[in-house]
Amino acid sequence: MMKNTALTATHEALGAKMVPFAGYNMPVQYDGVNIEHEAVRTGVGVFDVSHMGEFLIEGPNALDLIQKVCSNDASKLTVGKAQYSCLPNDDGGIVDDLIVYRIKEETYLLVVNASNIEKDWNWISSKNDVGAEMRDLSEDYSLLAIQGPKAVEAMQSLSSHDLAEIKFYNFVVGDFAGIEHVIISATGYTGSGGFEIYCKNSEVKQIWDKVIEAGAKPIGLAARDTLRLEMGYCLYGNDIDDTTSPIEAGLGWITKFSKKFTNSEALEDEKRRGPERKLVAFELDERGIPRQGYDIVDSSGKTIGNVTSGTMSPSLGKGIGLGYVPPIFSEAGSKILVQIRKNAVPATVVKLPFYKG
Amino acid sequence: MNIPSDLKYTKDHEWVKIEGDVATVGITDFAQGELGDIVYVEVETVDETLDIEEVFGTVEAVKTVSDLFLPLSGEIVEFNENLEDEPEKVNTDPYGEGWMIKIKFSDASEVDNLLSADDYKALLGA
Repeated sequence: MMKNTALTATHEALGAKMVPFAGYNMPVQYDGVNIEHEAVRTGVGVFDVSHMGEFLIEGPNALDLIQKVCSNDASKLTVGKAQYSCLPNDDGGIVDDLIVYRIKEETYLLVVNASNIEKDWNWISSKNDVGAEMRDLSEDYSLLAIQGPKAVEAMQSLSSHDLAEIKFYNFVVGDFAGIEHVIISATGYTGSGGFEIYCKNSEVKQIWDKVIEAGAKPIGLAARDTLRLEMGYCLYGNDIDDTTSPIEAGLGWITKFSKKFTNSEALEDEKRRGPERKLVAFELDERGIPRQGYDIVDSSGKTIGNVTSGTMSPSLGKGIGLGYVPPIFSEAGSKILVQIRKNAVPATVVKLPFYKG
Repeated sequence: MNIPSDLKYTKDHEWVKIEGDVATVGITDFAQGELGDIVYVEVETVDETLDIEEVFGTVEAVKTVSDLFLPLSGEIVEFNENLEDEPEKVNTDPYGEGWMIKIKFSDASEVDNLLSADDYKALLGA
């Protein structure tokens, strides 16, 4: 059965094109992906991403559990801070990527991908031999991402908190759009700044309406994907999955060997030896659009890897993508080719982000 | 939705304009709306002679790649090269500046099998 968010009827009334995504009926676009992309890059847009999952981990041993399952070092988190992290599996891959929020001294919020809610819950539960209390709030909570360079200015009238004071990957629990005790988090998946607002399902319609009234344009999942890809942010299921290691995916920066965690010894060994393949960012040198699943080939036509995400970049006006290749092709400036139908189209490995603002 | 009455159509949501032995081909207003923002039109079959329903090119929207099928057998004599720089013309003017190819068609009887505007309307349930 397809699930709805608390705002599905609102999206339909706005004329959104709806698609099934991770079991939810979600808006893929309203006016058109290019217009929506541009709105977030230059103004402010709002995304309903209530399909995301939220777990509360509480109690004196909450941190112990999080440290065991997460690659990043959550002991660095103070109350009011958030951290990007991933859940390594036992076989060198990734169960999911997530954001960990420290809400109170002994209360953490884990925000996970919609498609992985059940898998993550079962995984974390299976590692919970320390007696941490776990609650799945996914069905009760909504999430709005308000993103763009004008987000702070446009939304300030909706909160008594000074939004400009909330630093990147910090959050406050406070009032927003007339609702008390919502999480206002300076996070996002677009690279254009802004906030994410966590609230109860019963509260989200009021917040959405006021955010739109304050000037945000509704943005669908299609633009969410082009925006994140222009930054090179990984998408679970495309660029990372159960078979890709955080080291080869370029997530070494959130993989901290200052503590033990699932499969940490093997990952530390992989980091020391160097991974056998690396996730790289590339731009096509000629016309064309790389797509997930296309082969990456070398100059002799031999397949050396595959594209994990690709699109026509609305900001750059060229084909961009991410894909795995052997390390000898991973330096910026390396020449690779992407097999697009009958043509091997030349591409150059570049440093992220694609979009530099 | 715009379905000009002087054009012929296919079930693959292409339109065909017959002038002498040359047919101009594009995708319909319905098709461009379903695809969303079109970002790339690839046609590498100019000067080739293909059969009806063979793939003559590809149209790519931000999230989708769709094959383009030849509505009539014949030689592809021209590609609208303006679409290389302005693929969005397919969205803004699908029956005009968004045209894709011209075919010198080889079998006039195939023209009779194309859909009329009314047939196409019925196909869409419009």
